[in-house]
Amino acid sequence: MAYNIVDARGRSCPEPVIMTKEALDIYKGETVEVKVDAMVAVENIKRYAGNLGFIVEVEESNNDYRLLIRK
Amino acid sequence: MFSSKGKIIATGGIIGILSALLVKFGNPVNMGVCVACFFRDIAGSLGLHRAAVVQYIRPEISGFILGAFLIAKVKGEFKPRGGSSPMIRFVLGFFLMIGALVFLGCPLRMILRLANGDLNAITGILGYTAGIWVGIQFLKKGFTLGKSTINANATGYTMPVFAVIILLLLIAAPTFIIFSESGPGSMAAPIVLALGAGLVIGAILQRTRLCTAGGFRDVILIKDFHYMYGLIGIFAFALIGNVIFNFEAINIGFVGQPIAHNNHLWNFLGMTLTGITAVLLGGCPLRQTILAGEGDGDAAITILGLITGAAFAHNFGLAASPAGVTTNGKIAVIIGIVIAIAIGYSVVTAVKRKTDKINKEGEVEVGI
Repeated sequence: MAYNIVDARGRSCPEPVIMTKEALDIYKGETVEVKVDAMVAVENIKRYAGNLGFIVEVEESNNDYRLLIRK
Repeated sequence: MFSSKGKIIATGGIIGILSALLVKFGNPVNMGVCVACFFRDIAGSLGLHRAAVVQYIRPEISGFILGAFLIAKVKGEFKPRGGSSPMIRFVLGFFLMIGALVFLGCPLRMILRLANGDLNAITGILGYTAGIWVGIQFLKKGFTLGKSTINANATGYTMPVFAVIILLLLIAAPTFIIFSESGPGSMAAPIVLALGAGLVIGAILQRTRLCTAGGFRDVILIKDFHYMYGLIGIFAFALIGNVIFNFEAINIGFVGQPIAHNNHLWNFLGMTLTGITAVLLGGCPLRQTILAGEGDGDAAITILGLITGAAFAHNFGLAASPAGVTTNGKIAVIIGIVIAIAIGYSVVTAVKRKTDKINKEGEVEVGI
């Protein structure tokens, strides 16, 4: 399960997208959870995963964002 | 409503039109906006280098920083942060500037040069793309500058305060601030116009995150054309703007281009160096300036690297000129490429060692 959690908080562009890509490359149906702390990362990951046909759900709490990515 | 594609093209379009207008109202030709040139002019104006033709406090820079700062404040995105490999960022920023000053322009000016018919920009684009490809190879192998953390407000306010101070120095013009009397440094749009254009560009770039390095990088790395459309918008609208406002200055070809040289090898390699460093830094000089306005202390360190690089470039005779590229400049570009690759290699090796150690100890793979 821990495999599907990507913590990209504090990472600068484009590392959050690359980390998400690595997780989605081995996607087997389990939701991938990505944690980031910048809106730019949220937008870039949403666009990237969206282009691949994934559904992205964003939750915000205390300036951190949790993205739940699934097909 | 605009689609996201329409929005990013419009963003590029505004930058393109404003660049053409700034030339119309006094900026040097093909230099409506050039982030590298503008930091170089500021370094000269502050006396950090003594190249008499490129010394001026460019209010556009204050505009970029303050435009990004204000809109980030309004949108709740101003976040003082830092501590992600500041030394590496400084060195990469330093050499990014060396590459740009051998080519004669940052990646944004490269696009603007093309939009005015300077075909040397094509050589530059090929070099930039090659550099970005090299940088991506390191990213794929796990290159990272590490995590930044939340910092004190003082970190976040450094660059916005710097932007205000240099603006005041420009207006007050004390004797220790140097202004070029001839050459590109003496050519400038009126302060109010330049600052206004800078504020607009800073604000829209903060919202849309457009970045020249990101444009090329995302196409190669994840086949995403989002930012590339923005760059195409800059090109298309700068071209339209030049046709409308600066028609007599349009000059298609390689020879006799304004503030440019046609040494193909060094135009290519200069931008290769700029491309590698921009990818490893996570953004081109323009993007770093915007991030610094949002409170990113690591981007601010990068800017200090850019300014220092500009000062050295002119003090040591590394910067090119329309007369061509100096021997010192060629050596500096080679040194820069070697150092950028060495930094990439060193980080990738360190990441791999740490990952191997974690895997050996039987834990799941985690980020470094």
